[in-house]
Amino acid sequence: MLEIRNLHVTVDGKEILKGIDLDVAAGEVHAIMGPNGSGKSTLSYVLAGREGYEVTEGSIRFNGKDLSEMGVDERAAAGIFLAFQYPLEIPGVTTMTFLKTALNAQRKARGEEELDAVRFLKLVREKAKPLNVNDDMLKRALNVGYSGGEKKRAEVLQMSLLEPALAVLDETDSGLDIDALKTVADGVNALRSPERSMIVITHYQRLLDYIVPDVVHVLSGGRIVKTGGKELALELEKSGYAGYGADAA
Amino acid sequence: MAAVRETVETVGEVEKYKYGFFTDIESEKAPLGLTEDTVRFISAKKNEPAWLLEWRLAAFRRWLTMTEPTWAKVSYPPIDFQDAYYYSAPKQQAKLDSLDQVDPKLLETYEKLGIPLTEQKMLAGVAVDAVFDSVSVVTTFKEKLAEAGVIFCPMSEAVAKHPELVKKYLGSVVPTSDNFYATLNSAVFSEGSFVYIPEGVRCPMELSTYFRINEKQTGQFERTLIIAEKGSYVSYLEGCTAPQRDENQLHAAVVELVALDDAEIKYSTVQNWFPGDEEGKGGVYNFVTKRGDCRGANSKISWTQVETGSAITWKYPSCILRGDNSRGEFYSIAISNGRQQVDSGTKMIHLGRNTTSRIISKGISAGKSSNTYRGLVSVHRKAENVRNFTQCDSLLIGSKCSAHTVPYVETKNPSAVLEHEATTSKISDDQLFYCMQRGIGEEEAVALIVNGFCRDVLQQLPMEFAVEAQKLVGISLEGSVG
Ligand SMILES: Nc1ncnc2c1ncn2[C@@H]1O[C@H](COP(=O)(O)OP(=O)(O)OP(=O)(O)O)[C@@H](O)[C@H]1O
Ligand SMILES: [Mg+2]
Repeated sequence: MLEIRNLHVTVDGKEILKGIDLDVAAGEVHAIMGPNGSGKSTLSYVLAGREGYEVTEGSIRFNGKDLSEMGVDERAAAGIFLAFQYPLEIPGVTTMTFLKTALNAQRKARGEEELDAVRFLKLVREKAKPLNVNDDMLKRALNVGYSGGEKKRAEVLQMSLLEPALAVLDETDSGLDIDALKTVADGVNALRSPERSMIVITHYQRLLDYIVPDVVHVLSGGRIVKTGGKELALELEKSGYAGYGADAA
Repeated sequence: MAAVRETVETVGEVEKYKYGFFTDIESEKAPLGLTEDTVRFISAKKNEPAWLLEWRLAAFRRWLTMTEPTWAKVSYPPIDFQDAYYYSAPKQQAKLDSLDQVDPKLLETYEKLGIPLTEQKMLAGVAVDAVFDSVSVVTTFKEKLAEAGVIFCPMSEAVAKHPELVKKYLGSVVPTSDNFYATLNSAVFSEGSFVYIPEGVRCPMELSTYFRINEKQTGQFERTLIIAEKGSYVSYLEGCTAPQRDENQLHAAVVELVALDDAEIKYSTVQNWFPGDEEGKGGVYNFVTKRGDCRGANSKISWTQVETGSAITWKYPSCILRGDNSRGEFYSIAISNGRQQVDSGTKMIHLGRNTTSRIISKGISAGKSSNTYRGLVSVHRKAENVRNFTQCDSLLIGSKCSAHTVPYVETKNPSAVLEHEATTSKISDDQLFYCMQRGIGEEEAVALIVNGFCRDVLQQLPMEFAVEAQKLVGISLEGSVG
């Protein structure tokens, strides 16, 4: 699904990622942990194709295709989804409108039929219910005045509606109370399938109790410094990143 | 409201200036230029009574003494008023009694504009008066309106059939001496719509006029007059387009609204005159005077405008709040792209007691355009307990455009409470990235964000036009990013 080779990324002239190698096979869930400023969000932005994140060396292949030639919206239509660490507010655009615009844009890009209002409404309600997102919230402007937890739930709702092939969740657990954490984890788990891969970026082992990863990586100073099974997360919880050359700053 | 929200996704699909075609149709014109003879020619063409000719001539003589206003933040080469035609009419057989007699080419034009002058609009509950260059082509659904006692007809017909009403109200809101362009209009106005809603009547359908400038070098000077008698209600919409031309076309309209006791007039405009090309060549000069007079107590006038076209827009739909407890509203979306220049806003003149007004202005500038909000809130000495709320939001797209807000306030009564809020924002790269990460293309993302920005105003439009307006927002911003 995803093959990252010797990836070097520069932001504003500063090298942030310094040679990342990462393989995520279809159906796998990889967790990425690491100290603040180590480059986790940077990696997610590069996958999404954000402007200003310059790949100076190495490559990213997604389902065999070189991503470097694809624009942000093309990558999205190809199935890359990023749940933002800090979701953006879009004043005056209801969550419902936003979701419909996004879904139909992707369907159109893939040559599929666009959903009409009725079918869309049915679908969105179906996806929203398990995430405790009610109609009231869907009618509000996207992320405007949403609490931290509501924003994260809205991100997961977008993911379940868009059904991406590769989902990158950037600290989707931070700021969630324990019930919301469970709701969100259930939402994510419901999407786990042999065709879908996930990269879960988190600071907390707790999330990984709910979303059990196949592989755990430690990203530090722009490099993956350790890779292991889910027990690695437990280890980190106890001993911190001290032993992994946490030189990010 | 549902339609407003649900239609965003169609935004990207409509091509650039789809109204830029020209209809090859034989026309009859006044001689080039403007003299007393031109005024007489127009008046004679319209078989006008002597009083109206005199009224025009007085305006013309006045106009000769006036100079063009220069206070607006717009710049353009001097206009040669002698190098234009002031009257142009599609040639056709005498008088039209039904749609079948209209030149099929004309009907085709309106079809292209998306205005079928047929039963379709009836189903939509809209009565349409279509003005092609200087004459009104046909007014639909006259009978249905007549049953309700509503008069909706071309101005020239109103002059012939309802002279007492025209005489009483014409120029009573915008006097012939009001300003350079209004005075010019008074001298040479050639068409426009006349609406009269009798006492206590709620107009059974939306009334709508589509204006189209077709002929080369032809100015359009329509004059619209709407009178809402006591306790009546009417919602009126005008739409405007023009063919794509290299030279500038002049449009100087006057709209007068009169609302008597307890009456309400809702006036909406979707203006999409040709804006000129990217280099600023061509486009319509839109110098318009629109004013509503809340003459009666508890009356209400509400202006809603979506301005996306024209090379230059000079327009300040205003309310004179004369009647006690009357209310004026101004909701505006003004979009400028390319080299467009917009100087627009409103005047709320509070004369009566307990009068209230509300101004919501959304200015969007892109490309190398300039977008100015200019507004006046004035409170007369005797106007007790006046309330005004003004909100002016500007949104900038790119770094070569500009936005300006020029609010004037004159208060002569200390009991007035006036609130003013203003914001300026940019579409952030972060917002665009976020939308695009969800698969939305860049231009559609801009349209989505801008439609969100304009939402408060779009919601004021009659439903069937809100859809059109939303699409226009998207079209007019094409090419504004990247
Ligand atoms: N525009 C920029 N210019 C310079 N440095 C930047 C820029 N954007 C990000 N960085 C730096 O890149 C580094 C990695 O940032 P990133 O957001 O990827 O970290 P992170 O691992 O996600 O951290 P956190 O756990 O706090 O979310 C940080 O040191 C950050 O300051
Ligand atoms: Mg981060």
